[in-house]
Amino acid sequence: MTTETEIQPRSWYKRNEIAVTPWLFLAPAILFFLVYVIFPIFQSIGISFYDWDGLGEARWVGLDNYVELADDSAFEVSLWNNLKWLVFYLLAIPAGLFIALFLNQTVTGIRIYKSLFFFPFVLSQVVVGLVFSWFYLPNEGLLSNMLSYIGLGPLNVLGDPTWATYGIIAAGLWPQTAYCMILYLTGLNAVDPEQVEAARLDGAKGWKMLWYVIIPQLKPATFIAFVVTIIGALRSFDLISIMTNGGPFGQTRVLSFYMFEKALSEYGFRMGYGAAIAVVLFLIMLVFIAYFLWSMWSEERGR
Amino acid sequence: MFPTPIQRRSPTAQFAYKSFLPLALFMWLLPLIAVAMFSIKPASDFTQGNYWGAPGSFEAFNNYGQVFFNSDMPRYMLNSFLITVPTVIGAVALSAMAGFALGIYRFRSNIWIFFMFVAGNFVPFQILMIPVRDLTLDMGLYNTKTGLVLFHIAFQTGFCTLFMRNFIRQLPFPLIEAARVEGVAEWRIFWYVVLPLMKPALAALAVLIFTFIWNDYFWAVVLTQGPESQPVTAGITSFNAQFRAAYHLMSAGSIVAALPPVLMFFLMQKHFIAGLTLGAVK
Repeated sequence: MTTETEIQPRSWYKRNEIAVTPWLFLAPAILFFLVYVIFPIFQSIGISFYDWDGLGEARWVGLDNYVELADDSAFEVSLWNNLKWLVFYLLAIPAGLFIALFLNQTVTGIRIYKSLFFFPFVLSQVVVGLVFSWFYLPNEGLLSNMLSYIGLGPLNVLGDPTWATYGIIAAGLWPQTAYCMILYLTGLNAVDPEQVEAARLDGAKGWKMLWYVIIPQLKPATFIAFVVTIIGALRSFDLISIMTNGGPFGQTRVLSFYMFEKALSEYGFRMGYGAAIAVVLFLIMLVFIAYFLWSMWSEERGR
Repeated sequence: MFPTPIQRRSPTAQFAYKSFLPLALFMWLLPLIAVAMFSIKPASDFTQGNYWGAPGSFEAFNNYGQVFFNSDMPRYMLNSFLITVPTVIGAVALSAMAGFALGIYRFRSNIWIFFMFVAGNFVPFQILMIPVRDLTLDMGLYNTKTGLVLFHIAFQTGFCTLFMRNFIRQLPFPLIEAARVEGVAEWRIFWYVVLPLMKPALAALAVLIFTFIWNDYFWAVVLTQGPESQPVTAGITSFNAQFRAAYHLMSAGSIVAALPPVLMFFLMQKHFIAGLTLGAVK
């Protein structure tokens, strides 16, 4: 009984330590994130309702920027190209799975093969873009040389309005496939060998085995591959800027590149218009973000 | 194991597999091998149209010497280091703390703050461009390495916090409870109990963020200009403008620019892959 009275009255901090500590630890990260990421999203949405050159007075124009977008053929081209990126970039997932299955063996030196196959992912997109633009050179490029071996004429991939976007996406697929491959290699490592053997005894093999036994077990890897590929497709900017700079005739622009062009390049400093393009891109992404968060949320609750 | 181990197949199949491996690798890395070959060729090869044949002479020392001693390349490389290293330290420090808070403590807004970090990390960063550029201009940090570092720390904190929090969730919680019963202060629990256990996560994140930031191009273009603060990804375009159509020099420059993350990857492979694939398996 005496011990209790001897205890010193504890300080406010000591009494509330468990409640206060997380906020102290969170404070710097939240501060940085709010200032540089969360607030700017809303500021951008705000700017999209103004006509502003970045220096002078901003003028409220309501929805005018969005109305103008509806009639802007360059915007339409960018939107379609973004769609192409989304669809074709997803090829990285099956391609990555294919290479992972090919490399999932134990022969001498396989580890080095795996890391060399992964290698393109470590390169910056700038270097990938340069490497591929030399690969695509109209006459001297390796691609044209190889095509001429099989009797096809030289092809100026990046100079051709119909092919240029696909050429850039192919360049982007190179590192992205490597990324998906490494995700699947890790996933394959964790596949339950007993289930595989059991399925084998039941006579499953080849495609059936892959489809009904292996792929369901690779679901977490597929989810992450899907997330990173979608984000990569919508953020694509570096490759376009390096390989074609939007050309030929603006046919390889995507939304992110077009907004940069409108807001910050020689085409004039139209901040409001650029912000409106960014908002459209954001809204597209929001659909996916909602889906990602929903998946993560249901998994959290399942724990 | 799937597919069936090659050892269980016929000797012919094994032989075919083993000989196809190097061929497949060669095809996969072909664009890169081509550039490596470009970088050791003399200038005369390109004027004579000898793009893909054997090098006329071995000029690696000359070409790489030009890059290192006769261009702004070393300057850009240094800038890249001065941008990348502080960002790695800052982002890892902030997210270790935030991850600790979100991973250990139960409070009502926990999941919402966590989702704020996750969602912000998925945002197409072009929507941040105009406000962030304005903010950087207002702080007088436009065209400085500091301006770039501050933004990178903030943006990477999203991904890093997601990573750290999930890692900390997997740690044995009774350990922390035991420390609390002993009366250890909360910040000491972080420093002496949790942080040592997080070493693998810290290493994985550091390697990963190093590569991400080194390879950043978009923000380098938006927030800096000129050799005094531009990193190498942005610098390489002015380097290429300086040596227009000099393929031997441009390819040597690209290889130099790509080297640090490549070395980082090969030296720290285990951590790198652990970082990338966290969450790819349950």
